[in-house]
Amino acid sequence: MNYFDKDLASLHADLVAKKLSAKELTQATFDNIKATDPKIDAFLNLNEDAALDQAAKIDAEGINADQPLAGIPMGLKDNIVTKGLTTTAASKILANFKPVYDATVAEKLADAQMINVGKTNLDEFAMGGSTENSAFKTTKNAWDQTKVPGGSSGGSAAAVASGQVPVTLGSDTGGSIRQPAAFNGIVGMKPTYGRVSRWGLIAFGSSLDQIGPMTRGVKDNATVLSAIAGHDDHDLTSSTQAVPNFAADLNDATSVKGMRIGLPKEFLAEGVNEDVKAAILAAADTYRKLGATVDEVSLPHNKYGVAAYYIIASSEASSNLQRFDGIRYGYRADDVKNLEDVYVKSRSEGFGEEVKRRIMLGTFSLSAGFYDAYFIKAAKVRTVIINDFKAVLKDHDFIMGPVAPTTAFGIGDEIKDPITMYMNDVLTIPVNLAGLPGLSLPAGFSNNLPVGMQLIGRPFDESTLYKAGYAFEQNTDFHLQVPTLGGQN
Amino acid sequence: MNFETTIGLEVHIELKTHSKIFSPSPVAYGADPNANTNVIDWGYPGVLPTTNKGVVADGIIAALALHATVEQHTHFDRKNYFYPDNPKAYQITQSDKPIGHDGWVEVDVDGVKKKIGISEMHIEEDAGKNTHERDHSYVDLNRQGTPLIEIVSKPDIASPAEAYAYLEALRQRIQFTGISDVKMEEGSMRVDVNISVRPVGQEKFGTKTELKNLNSFNYVQRGLEYEEKRQQQVLMSGGAVQQETRRFDEKTGETILMRVKAGSDDYRYFPEPDLPALNISDDWIKELDAAMPEMPTKRRERYVNELGLTDYDAMVITQTKEMSDFFDATVALKADPKMAANYLQGDVNAYLNEKQVDLQATKLTPANLAGMINLISDGTISSKMAKKVFKAITDGEEPKAYVEAHGLVQLSDPAKLQPIIDDVLSANPQSIEDFNNGKKRAVGFLVGQIMKQTHGQANPQVVNKLLMTALQQ
Repeated sequence: MNYFDKDLASLHADLVAKKLSAKELTQATFDNIKATDPKIDAFLNLNEDAALDQAAKIDAEGINADQPLAGIPMGLKDNIVTKGLTTTAASKILANFKPVYDATVAEKLADAQMINVGKTNLDEFAMGGSTENSAFKTTKNAWDQTKVPGGSSGGSAAAVASGQVPVTLGSDTGGSIRQPAAFNGIVGMKPTYGRVSRWGLIAFGSSLDQIGPMTRGVKDNATVLSAIAGHDDHDLTSSTQAVPNFAADLNDATSVKGMRIGLPKEFLAEGVNEDVKAAILAAADTYRKLGATVDEVSLPHNKYGVAAYYIIASSEASSNLQRFDGIRYGYRADDVKNLEDVYVKSRSEGFGEEVKRRIMLGTFSLSAGFYDAYFIKAAKVRTVIINDFKAVLKDHDFIMGPVAPTTAFGIGDEIKDPITMYMNDVLTIPVNLAGLPGLSLPAGFSNNLPVGMQLIGRPFDESTLYKAGYAFEQNTDFHLQVPTLGGQN
Repeated sequence: MNFETTIGLEVHIELKTHSKIFSPSPVAYGADPNANTNVIDWGYPGVLPTTNKGVVADGIIAALALHATVEQHTHFDRKNYFYPDNPKAYQITQSDKPIGHDGWVEVDVDGVKKKIGISEMHIEEDAGKNTHERDHSYVDLNRQGTPLIEIVSKPDIASPAEAYAYLEALRQRIQFTGISDVKMEEGSMRVDVNISVRPVGQEKFGTKTELKNLNSFNYVQRGLEYEEKRQQQVLMSGGAVQQETRRFDEKTGETILMRVKAGSDDYRYFPEPDLPALNISDDWIKELDAAMPEMPTKRRERYVNELGLTDYDAMVITQTKEMSDFFDATVALKADPKMAANYLQGDVNAYLNEKQVDLQATKLTPANLAGMINLISDGTISSKMAKKVFKAITDGEEPKAYVEAHGLVQLSDPAKLQPIIDDVLSANPQSIEDFNNGKKRAVGFLVGQIMKQTHGQANPQVVNKLLMTALQQ
């Protein structure tokens, strides 16, 4: 049986009632991962001994009824550093890297007594939308193993969708939680920038990166976000805003009644697949039936988001990734004659193609003579995009639309064509540029592949998104469908 | 051909904070390599900087001390370059909006006063240190993240002597704020220098050269003097000055070519996304301004105009805030200002040099120095006895108690001195004869004998008077 067809509240109740021990649950998790991961390739590294020890300890102490996450297994995207547990960011340059400290989110989940079973695959340094850029393996879509799981948090998404773990954390710089969640038919939250500490997240685009939960259901997601959110003295960009108990508010399936929802016309424009469009329009009807108004709105500068994003994110990345220089940790090339050799060879051999492409793009954008035309211009575009969202969210409770223009594409289909790949993020990127919260949740199927819906909210108003997501979930059954591994669904 | 010289100085000042600018590691010297470091200083994956608020305060203080405008809405930037002592491969600094701009200091070169402009000052982190031994290189990151203020002069400095005076003015003012030790010899003040010359009347600045290895103000001046002449000679012989970096040789006083600069480095500056922008409130500036000590220029005016010190004395006393504060406290206890100044410049400085310590690290107190000076002024002790008393106050003794305990009170009572003088005279008839024969030196011998009899306690003026009276009878 798969325990993870249940939601966290039921699992918690079983653990408290001792119908199930944390150790049994953890052991079953590893057994299941070992059986399914040869097909899915979601995990890069398992934490078996430590996880089983921790589960036994939690059992010995007794499951705390007030600790909804106690004894529940989870996985972390492998760009989140974990003390003593190999953390690679799916890069050869960090192939055997064992960090000496824990990311804040890892500490918080440990404090919540969750059990870290291992590290999930991603596109190298979170750069990509298919996990095909991982230096180690390509994760497969849980619904169809010839399709990509999306990315960059593809391992985290596929692990949850295939029932390996009920909870994973991903990171989202331009859609890296929401798009793989959509491709795998699960729920992914990209919180407001500053909601979750980035301490211990291997930086990609520092002004865009956010860590968020990936789960099968909305309520589970809300429970995990409450556990990882909050100000952290280690991260001055983390907010001091109070963190609500998001899940506690989720009991009314009609809470969207009276809400005003904006549906940007640009989100259903050319390039968006017809089935995806149909699913979103149907979702709009569902909301109308629940008593909300759905207005057509406009985010006129949305189309410039991708261009601005690839300049800003790549510029920041070009600087953030300079520390991987072969001197203090990570991969160092052999056969070096001098310092420059150490740098050039270690980095040339250690980084993959996509990472190098973005380092070059970012370095160029920041160079003297080009900085104003690229970086500064992109920063201005960012402000314009922020203002677009502000205008719509002024009189709308949230915005709805698709997560991605298509469903999961085939492995190998787009990897040779970076621009097409980049355009997959056209609907998610503006949300990162504006620092807003974005929730991805299942909203339909197209050719047996999940279609994801995206809800975009006001800064620090994840609560409304969860309420709206919960209402949608309670009135639809998309989230109840689970993939059958091994066969095409 | 007549030339004019333009000198630019970039001064790095290391701040005396407890912890580093972006990490909680201690700022301390003498620790084992890499002992004062943590994951942030290593540039470890996933780490983030946090701003030490004390460093921002120090930046504001420096701006105020140098008459600069405080930039209230500012931020940090990244300066990107690869080097092993720079673990993130970027330095967090301020490029776009330095915390202070458009300041000045006044210098006095041979009695001519001049304002030297400061274009900007910014706060930033220091790098680690590389050392090389045989076939290995070592990186010590203890210094990585030590807070610095970089102060950049405007092209107002027209001579090596002005450069020296500018550095001294800067050093004093910063030293008085207490944010840095500003000691070149300890590396808490470092100077990068550039210089160009051009024919008088030429509008365009000449090509500048940079000088390295200038480890004292004297070397800065000497290096600039050499370089100024060298550039003039190059131009006079029809040559062109190259944009290059030259090393000052302390032994020969010459500058030697290190490398020719081709173009400029591209550091790809951009705003540091890991740190929120700094918003400095009016109240914070006011609060820091109110706590600013009186600056050395103001103190010198006061010492000369109100206390009657010479310009030179006032200059020496205001070398450090500690010395100047000590002086003020001593004078406040009614010690004669001239004597207090003399003691501080003389015996106290000699003592500090001998012991190689700072004034604040000694047991000397203004109360004890004032006590001793007042004992001299009221005739209780002679300046000669004061030598002993001075030694005692360096050990923390209270001068009056010491004088009494050691019977050092000066013997000034003629009734007590006269019998001793009579005894000495009767014991030395030869000296009386010598005196009568015009040998004035005999007086010195007799005084010496009297001092010996009184264990040095006799008041020399009274002895002299009584002795002369006796001899002339």
